[in-house]
Order: sequence, then structure tokens, then C-alpha cells
Amino acid sequence: MHEMSLAEGIRGIVEDAAIAQGFTKVNAVVLEVGALSSVEIEALRFCFEVVMKGTVAEGARMEVDPIAGTGWCMPCAKSVAIDQLYDPCPHCGSYQVQATGGTEMRVKALDVQTAPAGV
Amino acid sequence: MCTVCGCGAGEVMIGRPNGTAQRKSAPTTGWKVASVETAHDDSHEHVEVHTPASEHAGHMHFGHGPAHAHAPGLSQHEMVRIEKDILGKNDRFADANRGWLAGRGIFALNLVSSPGSGKTTLLCKTIEILSSRVAVAVIEGDQQTEFDAERIRATGAPALQINTGKGCHLDAAMVGQALPRLALTDNSLLLIENVGNLVCPSAFDLGEAHKVVILSVTEGEDKPLKYPDMFAAADVMLLNKTDLLPYLRFDADKAVEFALRVNPRLKVFRVSATTGEGFDGWLAWIESGLAAAAGGGENDHKENTLAAGY
Repeated sequence: MHEMSLAEGIRGIVEDAAIAQGFTKVNAVVLEVGALSSVEIEALRFCFEVVMKGTVAEGARMEVDPIAGTGWCMPCAKSVAIDQLYDPCPHCGSYQVQATGGTEMRVKALDVQTAPAGV
Repeated sequence: MCTVCGCGAGEVMIGRPNGTAQRKSAPTTGWKVASVETAHDDSHEHVEVHTPASEHAGHMHFGHGPAHAHAPGLSQHEMVRIEKDILGKNDRFADANRGWLAGRGIFALNLVSSPGSGKTTLLCKTIEILSSRVAVAVIEGDQQTEFDAERIRATGAPALQINTGKGCHLDAAMVGQALPRLALTDNSLLLIENVGNLVCPSAFDLGEAHKVVILSVTEGEDKPLKYPDMFAAADVMLLNKTDLLPYLRFDADKAVEFALRVNPRLKVFRVSATTGEGFDGWLAWIESGLAAAAGGGENDHKENTLAAGY
């Protein structure tokens, strides 16, 4: 879907951090992406590579930490695991399940190269 | 340009292309770095003890470089914890829009659907009925042309067209630029017609009170399952073109059931923008939203910084 916009969002976050913390090279960008988020990872990977060109993160790896989807089943009144927004409750079969976790799209951490000290 | 959905940047036009329009800068070629201040949202400590993978608040430090220490002339890897939402920048603009609207008691709806679901006709019908009771303004989003804004203006309501160029959705910064240009009345209704696209607009908060998804009976009843993100993001679904049901093999109950599977809290109205059938419920829902927005706002005209980052 809008993976180019997401990649540009990641670039903004990386460049803000580079200015704030003074690193000049990013080896890897670690993302947290929920199973219920609207991100297509392979499409994002393609856009990531394009968008990071000419930045401190050019050539950086994009690593993804998946987050499992969870929902609140109203009949069971408890949290259950779901893989899709339209999944039924695995216990009672009801579709009265509201997504509560796994919708995240976050930049979690950066593996950065710090400048050689004293040079 | 995005090869996935055609999304691109640099061709956004807000308003008529007659000199007053503003072209969005092209972030794909000239990304402007946000202020350092925003990058300091998270606490960050420089840790001097270089234990392997030592973790401290806001900063994980791995002393795993070639020298296992900071030594002159040797570079070092470091893990910096960021923890920022990818769409955080859009969400900040959306919050500013929401504050600006609340300060004026304006009830804003973001209408989303596939192309051809009848959004513009539905808006025209809604304005036609409501405009004697409340001021209505419209922001129109399309990749190209001013056609929809012209249709809205024909009803007498003010409309501003945003052309997204290659973009596949409106974002909060575009809407933030449009808001002050519409001369909106306090305690009024603002309808934002998003780009016809059942995928991308779901992720972009514009600062609206609710997303309203429109599904027409000339589409498939399984659309809510095929495109679940949009139905999950919306609070209201309008099942439109119900006057055509006698001529179609479309199971309306099934469509509603599928939508509720994705989002059990979805409020559903079955309407026909052509005949006005089912509009009572939809209009009553808008009126209750208008009353809540007018009651909640103190009309203090808070001048939030709208789209300051553009």
C-alpha cells in the first residue's frame, strides 16, 4: 500500500536521530511491525532501499521484529491471539473480537557506527 | 514513485492551479530534517560502562566493536533505541488539526471508499438536506482534476480541491494547509472526501472525528474481508446505492456481517444517495456529532501550528 510514505517516515526518524546523537552511518534499522498493521514487508523493503539512498542509512539492513496480533473477545471477555483482523475467537468462534495489539509500525532501534574516537 | 500503489510526492496541489495553489516540496528528493528538539523526545543516556549489550534507559550499548571498547582509531557499533511510530509525524499534524477543529466546534468526517462508490453524490445529497440547518464545507481529495469540488460548489457549499498528484491518500499536513483557506464557520460540519482508494487512506489520521467508509452494492459483498484495514479504521459504514439492490445479486446482510467481523463496533447505515432512502439515520448521527463537537469546544480559536513542517 503506502509503503513509500512509510519508508519516508522511517528516513525522517533516522535523520533526526543522526543529528541528535551525532552518528554518521547506520548499519541496520530495526522495525517493530505488528501482524495486524497495514504494512507489506517486502514492499517496504524495496521502498526502504530506494529512500535511504544518499542518507546515513544508505545500504543499511532493514530488520523486522514481528509482533503477534491480539484481540479482545467480547463474549469470552479475554485477550486472544488472532492473525487477521477478521479472525474469529479461537475459543468460542465469535467474530466479536476487537484488535488490541499487533497494529504497531515503529522504528525500534538503530545499529549505528560511531565515529572513531580521538581521530 | 511507489511501484506498489503509484504513490509519489512532489505533485500535490491544494486549491486551484491559478497561482494561489501551493506545490508541496518533493520529499523524495529533498527531505527536510525535522528539528533536533523532536528527536530528543526519548531520554538518551551516554553510558560509559561498556559491558556487552548493557541496557540502560533509552540506550542499549554493545561494546562489541573490533576493540571491545572505545579505543582511538577504532570504530564501534552501537544500538540506539528509538521507539518511534513510523507515522508519528503525520499523527502530530493530525493532532494539530484536531485541536484546531475542536477550538472551533467543527465536526469533521473523513470519507473513504473505493473509486466509484458514490462518495461525491452522497456528499451532495447530504449537503442538500443539511445546509438549511448547518454550515457545511468540503475538502476534496483526488489525484487530478477539480471536477468533484465543482460538483460540491454547485450545491452552494464551499469546497477546496486537493490534488495529490501521484499520491494515493490525503495526509494530515495537506489537510492542515487546507483548513485555514476554507474560511470555516464555527460549529459547522467539515466533510473530507479522501482519494478513492480502499487501502492507503486507512493508515493516515487527518485529525477527523471519525472515518466513514462507503461500500456500494455494485461492489462485492466480500470487500470488508478483502480490504479489512479500512473497515477496521472506520467507525461508520454507509452501504450505498441500496436502490439498485433489486437489480443485483448482492447480499446486503452478508456484506454487513463481513464488515462486523472485521470491526464489531462499526455503525452501519444502509442508504441511497440517489433516492435519499435511509438518510434519516445517517443525518441523525451527523447531528448528534455536531452537537457534541459544538458542546465540547469553547470556540477559543486555538491557533495550533497547522502543517508547520511543510
